[in-house]
Amino acid sequence: MATKILLDKINVPGIRSYEVYRQQGGYSSVEKALKTMTPDEITEEVKASGLRGRGGAGFPVGLKWSFIDKKSGKPRHLVCNADESEPGTFKDRYLMEYIPHLLIEGMITSSYALGANLSYIYIRGEYMWVFKTLERAIKEAYAAGWLGKNILGTDYSLDLHVHCGAGAYICGEETALIESLEGKRGNPRIKPPFPAVSGLWGNPTVVNNVESIANVPWIVNNSGADYAKLGVGRSTGTKLISASGHIKKPGVYEIELGISVDEFINSDEYCGGMMDSRPLKALVPGGSSVPVLPAHLIYKTANGEDRMMTYESLAEGGFESGSMMGSGGFIVYNDTACIVRNTWNFARFYAHESCGQCSPCREGTGWLEKVLHRIETGQGTMEDIDLLWDIQKNIEGNTICPLGDAAAWPVAAAIRHFRDEFEYHVLYPEKVKNRDHFMNEPFESIKHLITN
Amino acid sequence: METNKYKQDINITPELQQRIDELLSHYPSDKKKSALLPVLHEVQDAHDNWLSTELMDKVAEILEIKPIEVYEVVTFYTMYNQKPMGKYTFEFCLTSCCGLRGADDMMEYTCEKLGIKPGGTTADGLFSVAGVQCLGACGYAPMMQLGDFYKEHLTKEKIDQIIKDCKAGNIILHDK
Amino acid sequence: MKVTIDGHEIEVEPGTTILQAARMIGGESVPPAMCYYSKLEDTGGKCRACLVEVSKGSEADPRPMPKLMASCKTGVMDGMEVKSISSDRVLEARKAVTEFLLINHPLDCPVCDQAGECDLQNLSFQHGISQKRFKEDKRTFEPENIGDNIQLHMNRCILCYRCVKVAEQLTDDRVHGVCGRGDHAQISTYISNAIDNEFSGNMIDVCPVGALTDKTFRFKSRVWFNKPYNAHRNCTKCSGKVTLWMFGEEIQRVTARKDEFHEVEEFICNQCRFDHKEPTDWVIEGPRKFEKFSVINQNNYTRKLDKVVIKTEEHILEGREQDRIKISMKNIPYTEHESKE
Repeated sequence: MATKILLDKINVPGIRSYEVYRQQGGYSSVEKALKTMTPDEITEEVKASGLRGRGGAGFPVGLKWSFIDKKSGKPRHLVCNADESEPGTFKDRYLMEYIPHLLIEGMITSSYALGANLSYIYIRGEYMWVFKTLERAIKEAYAAGWLGKNILGTDYSLDLHVHCGAGAYICGEETALIESLEGKRGNPRIKPPFPAVSGLWGNPTVVNNVESIANVPWIVNNSGADYAKLGVGRSTGTKLISASGHIKKPGVYEIELGISVDEFINSDEYCGGMMDSRPLKALVPGGSSVPVLPAHLIYKTANGEDRMMTYESLAEGGFESGSMMGSGGFIVYNDTACIVRNTWNFARFYAHESCGQCSPCREGTGWLEKVLHRIETGQGTMEDIDLLWDIQKNIEGNTICPLGDAAAWPVAAAIRHFRDEFEYHVLYPEKVKNRDHFMNEPFESIKHLITN
Repeated sequence: METNKYKQDINITPELQQRIDELLSHYPSDKKKSALLPVLHEVQDAHDNWLSTELMDKVAEILEIKPIEVYEVVTFYTMYNQKPMGKYTFEFCLTSCCGLRGADDMMEYTCEKLGIKPGGTTADGLFSVAGVQCLGACGYAPMMQLGDFYKEHLTKEKIDQIIKDCKAGNIILHDK
Repeated sequence: MKVTIDGHEIEVEPGTTILQAARMIGGESVPPAMCYYSKLEDTGGKCRACLVEVSKGSEADPRPMPKLMASCKTGVMDGMEVKSISSDRVLEARKAVTEFLLINHPLDCPVCDQAGECDLQNLSFQHGISQKRFKEDKRTFEPENIGDNIQLHMNRCILCYRCVKVAEQLTDDRVHGVCGRGDHAQISTYISNAIDNEFSGNMIDVCPVGALTDKTFRFKSRVWFNKPYNAHRNCTKCSGKVTLWMFGEEIQRVTARKDEFHEVEEFICNQCRFDHKEPTDWVIEGPRKFEKFSVINQNNYTRKLDKVVIKTEEHILEGREQDRIKISMKNIPYTEHESKE
């Protein structure tokens, strides 16, 4: 069995409760940190661990912490981003639902490292029962003296609260999340200033993903160097992967970074192979925003090397023949899936979730959705495919926040790798009228049909 | 915008007020507006799952902000309803993985069974059905949200059972 | 600090944005600004029309910035080099933004009171494409009545947020804002509230398009048939310095005075704007000058016009002659040297 950092205790009965969590050695990182380490020492350990942000961007966590403005003398805040809404991703919910105290422990240790005395967990409103779970867990932590004034008799005090959103994917973007935490619409702010200088209520703020923070207790208990021993190269440690789609065993898996994509999909320890033993057609390895990979680029990269579950290997080949680790939302498609329909489905999602603040995203995401819907329902033309390409190109890079890019990339990759499928929709409008048009007509037959 | 066709009785009970005060205590005293989202959730849950203009104005008064600041927020987030909804609102996730594993079929089946269209409410005000975007349960597809909880790995049989349970009053909507 | 824009070098104070520096240089390098408004705090960054390429970050860090930057929100650094119209990427992006702003715009310029002084018209004139690629139905909104003075045409809105900032920063009771989200976000009071306070009329002046227009001027004239005059009166609420838009002896509209970037010089109160429509209310200072290519100048009465020969029925000509007398304001003296710049 591979090393587990986050989920090693997940099967202990009652681990959700404070007592069991504590008996299992929980909160020991808080003791160690507050009694034996300075905040900067913790930051150094996290830097040494090479831990990269688990929310999608993969920015080194320790480095992000070191940017927080300590000179201004303003109060500092740590905000945990639990607004998990990227289609294909459901790992944070799993962690918070089944082992809530791990996140709270991570929040205390990390807040201490940042010198924050008031921290928040921002959870999406749809996870309402998890919000309540966390609220209760925080009360338990207060009662046991891990939160509040003078924790463990030291002069460090911390208040931690959980805050809920109300249905907006965009609030996963850190500045939109801060706006939402201030009780406003989730419109992303224009950077700079970065949250590390001016975040929540204008105070220096660090926003980290749930999984990133949940790794901190282990790093403090062991060491950054130990963490860095796991994984490969700059992809250190373990990663939670949310596996879904046409596989035998969908669910959340903790992997050591560096196993092969082949092993992850086909071994019984993880996805258990393809559902109904149908052939693999495509893979979205990191959540809906990242480029889709066609079958021949999944197990091998374009230059014939094995594709690994690391930040680097998944991105190998750039957007031409690679993808991204993203948030670890691993969506597997078999030959019955229609790429055009799926791309339209994603486009509908982004059009629905655009905040509407900047013009390319507000207008462009809706336009993409409309054109894709036309093609998917057999009313498209060949020019529409080029139009789609133009629209996505015009959105990418021109928006305030990354939602524009996230809407553009899946469309670009789908056209790049599956253009024949788009053309099939234009050429055979009668066939695609049925929603499940590829169910009885496996993908391999498309090319054959076009030459008919 | 929406015209106000419906009436709502506003009742800030002592329990609700206590809960609002608790939420307010989570934020600095000069940052009351920060509590807006959680307070709206609580107030909506206590008022048949929707927010009338009058109720929003009441929230503005409690948080000492302008009414337009509440309207702006309520219309931005999808979980706040500006008109009455069925007591049991089935929200089917239709995004990607759920779509792949038959969410549309499940929603169609439910609508047919209840005799309504997506977005509609049954005449007795008991059920509403809506399609929504990704709920973060992709591995447990198809699924839907009902109150504070998720109903996952849906099948037609499961939906039949849920509807039955709702009618019998055996479904807990809120985790209080 | 030294910054170079399209090869023009200029010294600016720290804290200056690229857009402000470009405005100091002037000319064609000035990026178009559809949402930024220097007189209002916290505007800009949204329309993306002012994107520029930063080809050199600064003297200290000469790396180019990978993405195009919103010039209204990006501060200059010492030694920064910026490409505005000299960059193909920038021109591409502006073309893209213009197209995005127009796909759902009703293009009802022939019946729009803003026509002739519309920033979106100017933008599409400079950066638009002539062919239309949007085949779908345009988005529409239900009309909303926001009071007797201001006409809201949400279908024309480009969501610059300027009017919201006016309400926030000039008045103490904001009743309108942005409701909804995504491509259905809209300027609204949510409850069809009348926007009524002493400075609300400034929303009209800051609106870059015809989404907010003066109800008291509605369909009265085309702006290019009006003669703009600078005028002032003693006002206790504002500076009283305005531009009067006249048709013959009639004051058809009062606005704040706008500079070459179409921004008001000073905000004015609603009394000046809506309640003083008699020429005797004002001290007229003289004709207002407009930039060379403004459509308003096409009818500049200080210029000698070519004789127009219209071969049509006599009674139509007669009617036109009466209009012409009003438009050219024969009883207002003018001097030859005051011809347009």
